[in-house]
Amino acid sequence: MPTFVYMTRCDGCGHCVDICPSDIMHIDPTYRRAYNIEPNMCWECYSCVKACPQHAIDVRGYADFAPLGHSVRVDRDERKGTIAWRVKFRNGTEKNFLSPITTKPWGTAIPKLADVPAPSPEMRASQLLYNEPKWIRLDEGGLRTLKDAGLRLKKGVYY
Amino acid sequence: MFTSNAFAAVSGSLPAGFMQWYVGLMIVAVAAGTLWDIVHKGSAAYFFANWRRSRERGTHSPGSGEMVSLAVETALVEVATSAEFCNPKRRLAHLLTMYGFLLFYGMTAVMVYGYPTPATPTPGIVPLLWGVGGLMVCAGGYWFWFFIRVDVAAEGHSPLRLMKADLFILSLLASATLGLAWAASGGGAGVLFGLYLLASAVLFVGVPWSKFAHMFFKPAAAFEKKMAKANGTAENLPTQTRDDPEQQKRHSMELLRDAPMDMGLGIKREAPRHY
Repeated sequence: MPTFVYMTRCDGCGHCVDICPSDIMHIDPTYRRAYNIEPNMCWECYSCVKACPQHAIDVRGYADFAPLGHSVRVDRDERKGTIAWRVKFRNGTEKNFLSPITTKPWGTAIPKLADVPAPSPEMRASQLLYNEPKWIRLDEGGLRTLKDAGLRLKKGVYY
Repeated sequence: MFTSNAFAAVSGSLPAGFMQWYVGLMIVAVAAGTLWDIVHKGSAAYFFANWRRSRERGTHSPGSGEMVSLAVETALVEVATSAEFCNPKRRLAHLLTMYGFLLFYGMTAVMVYGYPTPATPTPGIVPLLWGVGGLMVCAGGYWFWFFIRVDVAAEGHSPLRLMKADLFILSLLASATLGLAWAASGGGAGVLFGLYLLASAVLFVGVPWSKFAHMFFKPAAAFEKKMAKANGTAENLPTQTRDDPEQQKRHSMELLRDAPMDMGLGIKREAPRHY
């Protein structure tokens, strides 16, 4: 279900409008509160839910992990560098998650691309992205494949 | 300029008790408008239903002492310092307008009821505070109207585009501006005085159609938010945080073991103005 706004919580700051990738969070011209102008175009990415400083935006969680009657709420705490999720199921079960969203203070780990040597023509022609060989450990050997790992792709759905 | 009680000076040209009657009517209009607003929007029914639901689901029931301390905290933090605002400019403009409003209209009531005629001399501080209050309303209000308002700052609309939602801020600005202009021009029961009374009437009688009543609703909503946190429901929001030593032991927090507790601002480093 698309995002919706608790009118008593929203203060019309515009962070959700700024971050929405579909540009469907707008400020209501009469009430000066945010609202979803095109709910059927919302893909429930949770960007606005996480960006809202007042926790004024909610969205029903995906049915594959939380059936009807549940609550999924999130707190993206930038100052502490964490994101916390609280999932309450209709049978009373509650799950809490707390994960890092950064490991260094914001703005301190910006790659200094000006100091890095320019990519060679081979690197430009390659499908690999900047630093990709290093971070997916390609430099320790070739690309990891099913064959390397002794696995085989089976057709159809199996568990 | 604001050294004498302009209301006492004008009392001679008006029927006896006119200003007292007018201010009393405005107070009644605000009370009636707010009550009508509460009934019409069902906000009280929603508030108490939410309150009951939150209390039933809570894991902890705050005692009366805790409730009083939360009420005091709401009054000091959310009300007195407008701490809910994330944008410091909006917060400053709101503080200016709010304290200006209290001074301007509070001193109006003091002058009208306490020192109604030149026979009861007004202490110089009262009209001075009235003037300072009016100037504060104008400073905060015009700053908000021309520069900070989301329609102007973010949506790029003209600051002169008028809408129904502007009723509160415009009537407040009109009332303060005309009041100051009337006092600065020497007072008297002229056109400026009539316009000042008219703008003030729009401000106070327009409560059901404007956001005037937010000054009653917002503190209630802030208190409710604090109560929900205290009783453990927290509106279903996560309550686990990294500063809890128990949570620091979580496997998921391993990468943040040596990280500072304050990581600074991420996306909030920039004000939202890209839309």
